[in-house]
Amino acid sequence: MTTSGSDVTVESVVRRVVADHRGQRGALLPVLHAVQAELGHVPQEAIPVLADELNLSRADVHGVVTFYHDFRREPAGRTTVRICRAEACQALGADGLVSYAREAGLTLGETTADGTVTVEQVFCLGNCALGPSVEANGRLYGRVGPARLGSILNGTV
Amino acid sequence: MSDASHSAAVVYVPRDSAARSVGADEVAAALQGAATRGDFAIDVVRNGSRGMLWLEPMIEVVTPRGRVGYGPVAPEDVDGLLAAGLLDGADHPLRLGLVDELPWLARQTRVTFARVGITDPLSPADYVEHGGLKGLRAALDMAPSEVVAAVTESGLRGRGGAGFPAGIKWKTVLDCADELKFVCCNADEGDSGTFADRMVMEGDPFLLIEGMTIAAHAVGATEGYLYIRSEYPDAIATMREAIELAREQGWLGQGILGSTLDFDLHVRVGAGAYICGEETSMLESLEGKRGMVRAKPPIPAIEGLFGKPTVVNNVLTLTTVPVVLADGPQAYQDLGVGRSRGTQVFQLGGNIARGGIVETAFGITLRELIEDYGGGTRTGRPVRTVQVGGPLGAYLPESQFELPMDYEAFAEAGAMLGHGGVVVFDDSVDMAAQARFAMEFCAEESCGKCTPCRVGAVRGVEVIDKIVAGTHRDENLALLEDLCDLMTDGSLCAMGGLTPMPVRSALAHFPDDFLGGRRLLDIHPVNTRTEGTV
Ligand SMILES: Cc1cc2nc3c(=O)[nH]c(=O)nc-3n(C[C@H](O)[C@H](O)[C@H](O)COP(=O)(O)O)c2cc1C
Ligand code: SF4
Ligand code: FES
Repeated sequence: MTTSGSDVTVESVVRRVVADHRGQRGALLPVLHAVQAELGHVPQEAIPVLADELNLSRADVHGVVTFYHDFRREPAGRTTVRICRAEACQALGADGLVSYAREAGLTLGETTADGTVTVEQVFCLGNCALGPSVEANGRLYGRVGPARLGSILNGTV
Repeated sequence: MSDASHSAAVVYVPRDSAARSVGADEVAAALQGAATRGDFAIDVVRNGSRGMLWLEPMIEVVTPRGRVGYGPVAPEDVDGLLAAGLLDGADHPLRLGLVDELPWLARQTRVTFARVGITDPLSPADYVEHGGLKGLRAALDMAPSEVVAAVTESGLRGRGGAGFPAGIKWKTVLDCADELKFVCCNADEGDSGTFADRMVMEGDPFLLIEGMTIAAHAVGATEGYLYIRSEYPDAIATMREAIELAREQGWLGQGILGSTLDFDLHVRVGAGAYICGEETSMLESLEGKRGMVRAKPPIPAIEGLFGKPTVVNNVLTLTTVPVVLADGPQAYQDLGVGRSRGTQVFQLGGNIARGGIVETAFGITLRELIEDYGGGTRTGRPVRTVQVGGPLGAYLPESQFELPMDYEAFAEAGAMLGHGGVVVFDDSVDMAAQARFAMEFCAEESCGKCTPCRVGAVRGVEVIDKIVAGTHRDENLALLEDLCDLMTDGSLCAMGGLTPMPVRSALAHFPDDFLGGRRLLDIHPVNTRTEGTV
C-alpha cells in the first residue's frame, strides 16, 4: 500500500496512474482516488506532477484536493473509523458514540499518536434504518452501541 | 444463480450493505460451511434486500409453496435452523412465513423495487426471467420522440427532490442538435434518511443500466456517467460489475440489442461532498473540478457536462422509466394523487421500530407510514417529530401527521417530500440542537460560492446559541428571522435556500426547546425556486 514516500516514488506513481486514466474525460477525481488508494494520501509532491500531467495549474489541483472531504494530505491511521452523525443516526444516539470516542481520548478528524486509529465523522452511510452506523476500513456496521464501537476502535471486531 | 446440484435447496441471503452491516456475510458463511462440510445440500444465493430492514439478516428458502423467510438470523442461529428443517421451510421461532404474504410487503405497490430482494442482482438470466429489458425493447421499437412522449404522459417527476417532470427535461435535450450528448445519473444520495438509491443499485443494477439506456435512446446520447458517492462502496462495486456483464450481453456498447443504438456507461466516484448531489455541482465534479454550483441558466439540459446537452436524473427516476415503457404510461399515471403520479419509494429511518423501504402510491399519510408500517419508535417512547426530505427538509409535529405524501400538499405546509426519506425522533429529541445542526451542516457542506449560505450558516449557529443561552433573545430572534429570509432569497442553490426550512419548522413547532412556550418563527410555503428548472 504505502511506499517509501520519496519524491521519485510519488512522481512515478502519479505518472503511472495518470497514464492509466489517460482516455477518460475530466479524469482528475478518479486519478486522485487512485493515487490515494496507492499512497494512502495525496502528498504535496503529487500536486505539481498532477498539474504537469493534466495540463492544469497547481492552484487548480490544490483547489480540488482541498475541496473534497475524502482526499487526505496526511496518511491516516491503520484503522479509519467513521461515525455517522447525520439526523437518522442522531435520532438513535450517534452523539453518544462521539462522546464515547472522546472519552477514549480520540479527537474527530485526527489520528492517534501511535498511528493506529483515525476517527472521523461522516454524514450518512445509507444505513439509516439500522443506525447508529459506523464504517471501519470500508466495512459498514449497523446498530452500533458504545461497547461495539469500542471493539471496532480496538480492531477486535 | 450458481449451478449447484439440482437437489440442493436454494437459500437466499441478502448482499445488501444494510443486511451486511448486521451480519449477513457471517450468516451466508455459516450456511456455506454446512454445505461444504456435506451436512446439507445448500445453494446460497446472495440477493438484494426486500427492504424489511429490521428483520435483516432475513434469509429465504425456496419451497414448493413459495419462499419462506426467517429473520433476523444471527450466525449462531444457523445450525439450529438447519436442524429444525430450515431447508423444508419448517417451523422455528425465527420463521416469518411466506415472504410474499408478509403484510408489510404485500400491502405495498412495488414498481421500481419489484425485483429488488427477489433476484440475484448480478445474474443477467434472472433479470430477463423476471421481466428485465421489456422496457428497453419497447423503447427501441419506438422513435425517440415517442419515448419522450410516453415518459411525459406517465406523469413521472424527478425523484431527486425537486419533482421536475422527467419528460419535459428529456424533450429539451432531444431538441438540441448537438452530436455529443450525455446522460448522467445522480447517485450522490447525500440526504440523511435516504437509502433507496443505494438499495436499488445493489439489488437490481441492470434496472438502472436499462433506464439510462432508454434515456440515451430517447434524447440521442451516446455516453453516460453514473456519479456514485464514495460512501457507497458496495453500490460502486455492484454497478461496475453489472456494467461489465451488460457489455458482455450486448446491453451496452455498439448496436444495443441488435438496434442502431450505441451507448456506453461509466462509473464515477464522488469524494465526500454533499453539495455534489446538486446537479450542476455534480457536473463540475464529473469534469474534474471543485464541486461549485453553477448559476442557471444555462440549464444542464442545454449546456451540461462539458458544455453539451445533458440529462441529469436521479437513480429512482431512471429506474422507474423501464417500468413505464414496459407497462405503458397509463398504468403508471393511474397510481397516485393530484400532480404526484405513480409510486414513491419512502424510506423509514431513524428511531423507528420497523425501518426500511415502503414503495406505495403517492397520497399515503405520514401517520400511516410512521405507525402502520413503521410501528412507532424503536425505543418505544412517543414519536415527537419526523424530518421528511433530508437535512434540508422540515421537522413536522404530530399535528401534521395526517398530511398526504404529495409534492404540493407538502409545499403548502411549508415542508418538502424531497427524496422520500422519513426520519423519526422520539420525545427525547432537543429541537434547538436539531435546528443548530441544520445550520452547522450547511456551514460544513456549503460550496462557498455565495455569501448568504457560506457566511449565513455560520452566523446561524451563533445566533441559535445566543437564543438558547438567553442572550438578547428578542433581538437575536429577529436576527435569525432576517437571516433565514436572506438565505432563502439570496442563495444560489437550495443548500442555502432550504436550510431555513428545518430551522424555521423547529422554531415554529417546538418553541419550548428554545425558550418557553411562544411560537418563534413563521413557516412559509415552499416556492420551488432554484430547484426544479429543467
Ligand atoms: C444541495 C442539494 C443536494 C442534492 N442532492 C441530490 C442527490 O443526492 N441526489 C439527487 O438525485 N438529487 C439531488 N439534488 C437534486 C439535483 O440537483 C437534481 O434536481 C436532480 O438530480 C435531478 O434529477 P431528477 O429530475 O431525476 O430528480 C440535490 C439538490 C441540492 C440543491
Ligand atoms: S447556496 Fe451554498 S451551496 Fe448553494 S451555491 Fe450558494 S454557497 Fe454554494
Ligand atoms: S443517517 Fe447515519 S446512516 Fe444515514
